[in-house]
Amino acid sequence: MLFQPINKNYHEFCIERDKDLCINCKVCVRQCSYDAHFWDESRQKVMHDNTKCIGCHRCEALCPTAALSIRNKPSDFRPHKLWRPVFLQNIYKQADTGGVLLAGMGSPVDIPVYWDSMLLDASQVTNPSIDPLREPMELKTFLGAKPKRLSIVTDKNGKPKLKTKLTPQLELDVPIMFAAMSLGAINFNLHQAMARAATETGTAYNTGEGGLHKSLYKYGKNTIVQVASGRFGVHLDYLKAGSAIEIKVGQGAKPGIGGHLPGEKINFMVSETRMVPIGSDAISPAPHHDIYSIEDLLQLIYALKEASEYKVPISVKIAAVHNVAAIASGVVRAGADIVTVDGMRGGTGAAPAMIRDNVGIPIELALAQVDQRLRDEGIRNKASIVAAGGIRCSGDVVKAIALGADAVYIGTATLIAVGCTLCGRCYTGKCPWGIATNDSKLSKRQNPDIAARKLANLIRAWGHEIEEMLGGMGLNSIESLRGNRDKLRGVGLSDTELDILGIKHAGR
Amino acid sequence: MKAPDRYYDFEKDISGCGIFGVIHKKRGLISGEMPIAAMTCMHDRGNGLGGGFAAYGIYPDHADKYCFHMMYDDKKAIENSEHVLRKYFDLHFLEPIPTRKTLAIPNPPMFNRYFVTVPEKPVNEFSELAEEDYIVSVVMKINTTIPGAFVVSSGKNMGAFKGVGFPEDIAEFFRLEEYKAYIWTGHNRFPTNTPGWWGGAHPFTILNWSIVHNGEISSYGINRRYLCENDYLCTMMTDTEVVAYELDMLIRKHGLSWEMAAKCFAPPFWDEIERMSPEDKELYTTLRATYGPGMLNGPFAILVADNNRLMGLNDRIKLRPLLVAEKDDMIFMSSEESAVREVCPELDKVWMPKAGEPVIIDLED
Repeated sequence: MLFQPINKNYHEFCIERDKDLCINCKVCVRQCSYDAHFWDESRQKVMHDNTKCIGCHRCEALCPTAALSIRNKPSDFRPHKLWRPVFLQNIYKQADTGGVLLAGMGSPVDIPVYWDSMLLDASQVTNPSIDPLREPMELKTFLGAKPKRLSIVTDKNGKPKLKTKLTPQLELDVPIMFAAMSLGAINFNLHQAMARAATETGTAYNTGEGGLHKSLYKYGKNTIVQVASGRFGVHLDYLKAGSAIEIKVGQGAKPGIGGHLPGEKINFMVSETRMVPIGSDAISPAPHHDIYSIEDLLQLIYALKEASEYKVPISVKIAAVHNVAAIASGVVRAGADIVTVDGMRGGTGAAPAMIRDNVGIPIELALAQVDQRLRDEGIRNKASIVAAGGIRCSGDVVKAIALGADAVYIGTATLIAVGCTLCGRCYTGKCPWGIATNDSKLSKRQNPDIAARKLANLIRAWGHEIEEMLGGMGLNSIESLRGNRDKLRGVGLSDTELDILGIKHAGR
Repeated sequence: MKAPDRYYDFEKDISGCGIFGVIHKKRGLISGEMPIAAMTCMHDRGNGLGGGFAAYGIYPDHADKYCFHMMYDDKKAIENSEHVLRKYFDLHFLEPIPTRKTLAIPNPPMFNRYFVTVPEKPVNEFSELAEEDYIVSVVMKINTTIPGAFVVSSGKNMGAFKGVGFPEDIAEFFRLEEYKAYIWTGHNRFPTNTPGWWGGAHPFTILNWSIVHNGEISSYGINRRYLCENDYLCTMMTDTEVVAYELDMLIRKHGLSWEMAAKCFAPPFWDEIERMSPEDKELYTTLRATYGPGMLNGPFAILVADNNRLMGLNDRIKLRPLLVAEKDDMIFMSSEESAVREVCPELDKVWMPKAGEPVIIDLED
């Protein structure tokens, strides 16, 4: 487009409109929350401005005559291995604004995806594979501290009597939970959908750091309530509303920094739940200002245990950073019943792009090291491990569990299930799919009934697939897969990578 | 303990098998001819790469002493092992284990047996340990530090005899028809991926425990890591080693009953637990949550013996055969009924134990 500043010229997408098919019905105009489509009064037809397109595909999906296609802009920068287009575009943007680059969703950077370099085993001849359609196949998982040993006495009738009491556990029928996404970052319709889907499928969802709306308390059995550095929406009823409490120390997408929910996203319901004024920014500090060291974490863990009367397990969520294994060990020794490790490919509603794309390590490596470290120190039983950050399919779940996870969180996959196309503009509050927005016109695009059904379907579908893979390996219970790295082999990995993952190379 | 470097890099033995066990509830002595005949009947369940027997009550004159059955590849191993045995134990009696030359067993290793007790006040790195832990530590020390030496068994009034060959050949080699015992177990092995090593044959033993096992434990990868956390190092790459160490941990160290240990190996399904009384529901939920990493998943039939009992156990969905039969004071457990009928044609009772339900037979005294 001529006579445009350079940053406008190098936009990412092109809208292609088939003139023969377009009937000028203006559906695209109404659907696009970024005003890329508009009604041109003088030409009396629908036109578009490519520079505004964010590539969400909403118009394409809803166009009644299928007249629209969204494509990457064909005009390329001169090829350069170092100065890839994204760097140029970022610099143009920053030269204009002087601001920090903001990004949404998980990091798109090209770092190795170890899930894709690990392969699973299956039974042949020497032991039978088990058909989940004909035999029981168990995915039930308990998150929480387990005793090292049990004391069981036999009474005089020969009946065993349990003397050891199990500390509180979070019981899951399927080891896949909906990850922490706060009310505010996503809207109430989806919070409700997650709560209902978790209840229906016997798993749990995490409230995120924005509190829990009163109307969702009834789903408490399947709810993990989160306490983050901003303490939004944290009060006694809230702490007692769920079946587990999670202290969020860090997030895989943005380790080391806090959060920022812009005032635009704070409507009445968010304000009421977060306990912040309508329209004011809700800022979570980078650290918890009452946790400057591990002994402070211990105090917070026990403060929360006291507040919840020792009825629920306490999880501590940390981002996967370089010393994650040692940190996790400290967290477990501080009294956490669950340690959640969030890898660098985890999603986010808003993060500085530099942090998201450059800080942290992949979950596969972090998980393998955390599990091994806790075992080496003889404290693996004291806490369950939940892995998060870039889990895309049930194959990834199985691999995560084989590496040592008790369960996984899925966040991005959850949103994709309700229509997210990873356009990555969650921080604008204008999500055209009605997900990361509290604008009532947009958020009503998510029907909680339909969204709940889709989420429950996803959990069930993955559950079935996990059962198939388990049975194929000759296992009929998930605990026999957990930490069973003999079921994994690496392909195309270096000795160092194999050693960190604790797996052998394929063929061995 | 901290897992040794590259602990994940192991090669596991895969094998199918035939097993047989018999116990006389009144300690009546049964000649070795019986288990030999039974195992010979199940010849086709092995491929000549492993056979073995365990016998209880064979050393009544030394019943109060631990008997170390030692296997040696060379003279140096003998020298080094005897040095260790003399250092850690009071050695009361030693002799070569009687063998005969047989065509089926070329180049066998050497075998000695040592009857030992723990000194009253031992002065060494294990001196703080309880007696049984002391024995286990010395066994581990020999197995892991002396090349060419291997402790075949280390219990009281019992012994294991095993090696590379069909069970009938191993029996002939060790002259087992000359022994009399009140409990016998036997094993015939069909490994698929190893050249066969004398120490890798069954029974696998530690202290008075002996185990014969038909199966492949698909949960092996996590079982061995779980054991490592609990200070048991799996070095032999067999499933059976895992069973032995877990029994030792659950029964001897954690004080669980045999029944409860069997329930850790093959726990009830969650839907069964759901239907239990609140008390049992809590018991089995806690048991599974706590000992989940120790669960034996995959097909197996095992026989476990010590000086006072014999236990048979199947996996939770009975993927390997196991049959129990009764005749007067004798109870038989076997992969195949034919093997039992071969040695005892008339039986009072024959049944297939249910999947995951242990059959435990105690001596009556």
